[in-house]
Amino acid sequence: MDFGFSEEQELLRSTARKFFEKECTSEFVRKMMATPEGTTPEFWAKLAEQGWLGLIFPEVYGGAGLGFVDLVVLMEEMGRAVMPGPYFSTVLLGGLTILEAGSDAQKKRWLPKLSAGEARVTLAWTEPNARWDAQGVTVAATEAGGGFTLSGTKLFVPDAHIADALVVVARTAAGGNPQEGVSLFLVPKTAPGLEVTLLPTMDQTRKLCEVKLGRVAVPADALLGEKGKGWQPLTRVVERATVALCAEMCGGAQRVLDMTTEYAKIRVAFGKPIGAYQGVKHKAADMLVEVENAKSITYYAAWAVDESAPEAARAASMAKAYVSDASRRVSAAGIQLHGGIGFTWEHDLHLYFKRAKGSEFTFGDATYHRERVAQLINL
Amino acid sequence: MDLTLTPEQQSFRDEVRAWLEANMPRDFAARVMASSDIPRPEAYDLLREWQKQLYRAGFIGLTWPKEYGGRGLTFVEEMILHAEMALAKAPPVLNILGVGMAGPTIIAYGTEEQKRRYPPKILSCEEIWCQGYSEPNAGSDLAALQTRAVRDGESYVINGQKVWTSLAHVADWMMLLARTDPDAPKHKGITYFLLDMHLPGVTVKPLRQITGDEEFNEVFFDNVRVHESHVLGGVNNGWAVGMTTLMYERLALGFGLQVRLRIALDGLIEMARRVEKGGARITKDPVMRQRIAQLWIDTECLKYTGARAITRLLKGEMPGPEASTGKMGWVDTHQRLQELATEIQGPYSQLMKGTQWAVEGGLWQYTFLRSRANSIEGGTTEIQKNIIGERVLGLPKG
Repeated sequence: MDFGFSEEQELLRSTARKFFEKECTSEFVRKMMATPEGTTPEFWAKLAEQGWLGLIFPEVYGGAGLGFVDLVVLMEEMGRAVMPGPYFSTVLLGGLTILEAGSDAQKKRWLPKLSAGEARVTLAWTEPNARWDAQGVTVAATEAGGGFTLSGTKLFVPDAHIADALVVVARTAAGGNPQEGVSLFLVPKTAPGLEVTLLPTMDQTRKLCEVKLGRVAVPADALLGEKGKGWQPLTRVVERATVALCAEMCGGAQRVLDMTTEYAKIRVAFGKPIGAYQGVKHKAADMLVEVENAKSITYYAAWAVDESAPEAARAASMAKAYVSDASRRVSAAGIQLHGGIGFTWEHDLHLYFKRAKGSEFTFGDATYHRERVAQLINL
Repeated sequence: MDLTLTPEQQSFRDEVRAWLEANMPRDFAARVMASSDIPRPEAYDLLREWQKQLYRAGFIGLTWPKEYGGRGLTFVEEMILHAEMALAKAPPVLNILGVGMAGPTIIAYGTEEQKRRYPPKILSCEEIWCQGYSEPNAGSDLAALQTRAVRDGESYVINGQKVWTSLAHVADWMMLLARTDPDAPKHKGITYFLLDMHLPGVTVKPLRQITGDEEFNEVFFDNVRVHESHVLGGVNNGWAVGMTTLMYERLALGFGLQVRLRIALDGLIEMARRVEKGGARITKDPVMRQRIAQLWIDTECLKYTGARAITRLLKGEMPGPEASTGKMGWVDTHQRLQELATEIQGPYSQLMKGTQWAVEGGLWQYTFLRSRANSIEGGTTEIQKNIIGERVLGLPKG
C-alpha cells in the first residue's frame, strides 16, 4: 500500500507550479476573463508543448499515456492558478469522450490534434432541465437520409464558442429505460443549424454557452460508439471528469488557505497579527482540516477511477460531495478572514470564490452526490 | 499511489480474517455494535480476556519490536488489522492507554531494562496503564501542573493530585508527569515517571461521569516514594517525553478510533433500517439519507487522511499537515454520528437501559453521552486548533 505520489509526480507538480506562476499570473487570468475566448493561442501552444493537453491520452494517439493520478497533480496546480481557458472541456470532456466511446478512426482523427493544441472538442450534455441523469437527455436525434437530424437545446456547455466540434448527447430512442437510447454524436461547430451563444457567467474564467440545434443534419459516421449505447461511456467520462474537477477544486482551496495564512501573519489589528487571535486561528485550522480531507478523498477517487476499481463510482461521488462543500466553505472563510480587502475586485480571492461556486454545481452538487452515495451503500 | 495489498499483506489480512472468524466473542459483538471508543466498566473482565487472546495470537502491538513483545511489522499491517477488526465489529482493547501511549513512549525513551520490563505486559493486559497528566489546575495548560516530586536519596517523594484519570481504578501503572524543578521555566522542570499504582500513599477516588459510569478518577499522592529507576527519558525532560506520548495518542490511536467510528456507523445504519418515523422507514427520508451519507463520507475521509500520514511515515518522511487533523476530524464526525443516532430514535432516545422500550438496550444513550468527552479528552478541540494554527500553518502565538 502506498498512498502518496511518486518522484515523477512530485516533479510534475513542481514543474507545473513554476510554469503557472510564470505564465498564468493574476494579470493574465484577469485579461482572459475579459475576453470571450478565455485563452490565447500562445498560452494554448505552451500547454501543448508541456505535453499536458495529451497527458492522459495513449501514446498511439499522440498523448503522453499517463494516468489519472498524474492528471490529479496537474489539475491541482491548474486550480491553484485558477487557470482560465478550455483545458477541462477539451481534455476531460470532449477528448475523454472520444477516447471512451470513439472508433479507432475517430480517435486517430481527433486525439492527436487535441494533444497538439490544433483542435478543440467540448461536450454538449446538459440541457435547460439541469438534470444529471439519463432522463435529462431530451435533444432528439432522428434517423433521416442515412444520417441523423439533431434538434433541441443544450445549456451550460463549456467553451462551445471556441470548439471545433461538439460531442452532442442526444436521444435516438424514447420509452423504457431512459439510459437506453442515449447516443453520442460528433458534430462540427460549423454544421448548419448549430447556434452557439456565449453566456455571462459568475466565474468569468469559465465560459459557458447555450447551444441550439435546429435540425442539424449529421452523417451516420458522426455517431460516437454504438447507437443507443452512449450512456455507459458518458458515465465513465463524467466519473473521471468529476474526479479531475475535485482535484482542481482542492488546488484552489489550498491556494486560498495559503493566501489567508500569509495575510493573517502580516495584517495587524489591536497591536497583533490577526493570526494570533483564536477567532482567526481556529477558523484557519478548520480550513486546513477541510483542505486535507478534500485531498485525501480526491486522491482515493483518482486511484479508484484509474484502476477501474469496483467502488469507483462511489469514490467519485464521495469526493464530489465532500469537495463541493469544502471548497465553497474554505473560499468563503478566506474572504471573511481577509475582511474588506477580500471583498474587492482587486484582490484575487473572488476568482477562487467564484470558481469554487461554479465547480460546486458542475456534475452535481454535494446534495446530489450524497444521495448517490446513499444509493451506492445500499441505504 | 497504489492501494492494493502485496501478496504478503493479503496473506496477513487472510490470517487476521480467519482468526477473527474463529475467535470473535459472538454474543458480545451484538452488544458493542453501538459502542464507540472507550471500554465500559461492566465489560472489563470480558475485554481483559479478549486482549489476552489477541496477544496470544500476535494481533496486538504489531509495530513494536519483537524483543519488546511486538511483531516488528509496519503500519500497513496495523492498518489492515484495524480494518478487519472494523468489519468483524471486534470489541475494543481494554489497555488502550498502555497500548496506544505508554508502550510506544517507553520504547522511544526507555532504558533497555525498562523496554524489556514493561511493553510485553502492556500488550498481554497483565498490567493496565493510566495517564497522570491533568490536574485540577492544569488541563489544557498542562505545563502548569503542580504535583511535586522531591528527590530523597535514590528515590523521589511524590505529593499532589491528578484528575480525570481514566482506568486509574483498575490500573497497575501510571504515566505520571510531576514537577521536579519548581524554579525552572514551567516546561523545563517536569519529569516523566512510571508509577506503580499499588505503592503506599496512592489513593484513587472514582468520579461519576455524565454517563452515570465511574470510568475516570481523582488520584491523590501522599508521600509516595518512587525509585529513580522509574524515571523515563531523564530528569526534567518530562515535557518532551510527555509530548511524544500525546503525538502517539493522536496518531496511533487514530487507527483504532477510525475503526470504532466505522463500527458505530454500521450500527447506526442497521438501526436506521429498522426504525420508522412518521410511518415510513428512516432510510427513505431524504434528509436522513443525506446525513447518513455525509457521515459515511467523513468516515472515509478520515481513513484516507490517515493512510496519507502513514505513507509518509513509511517513507521515512516527517508527518505532514494531514497527520495533525485526525483527532479533530474524528471528534466532529463521532459527535455528529451520536447526535444523529438519537434523532433516529426520536422520543425513544430518552429511554435508558432498564426498560424493554429502550432501543438496543440503551447502548446509544451511553455512547451519545460519552461522546461529549471526545472534544475534551486527549487535548480539547480548541487546543488542537491552536496546535494546527501555530505548528502547521505557522500563525503567531496569542
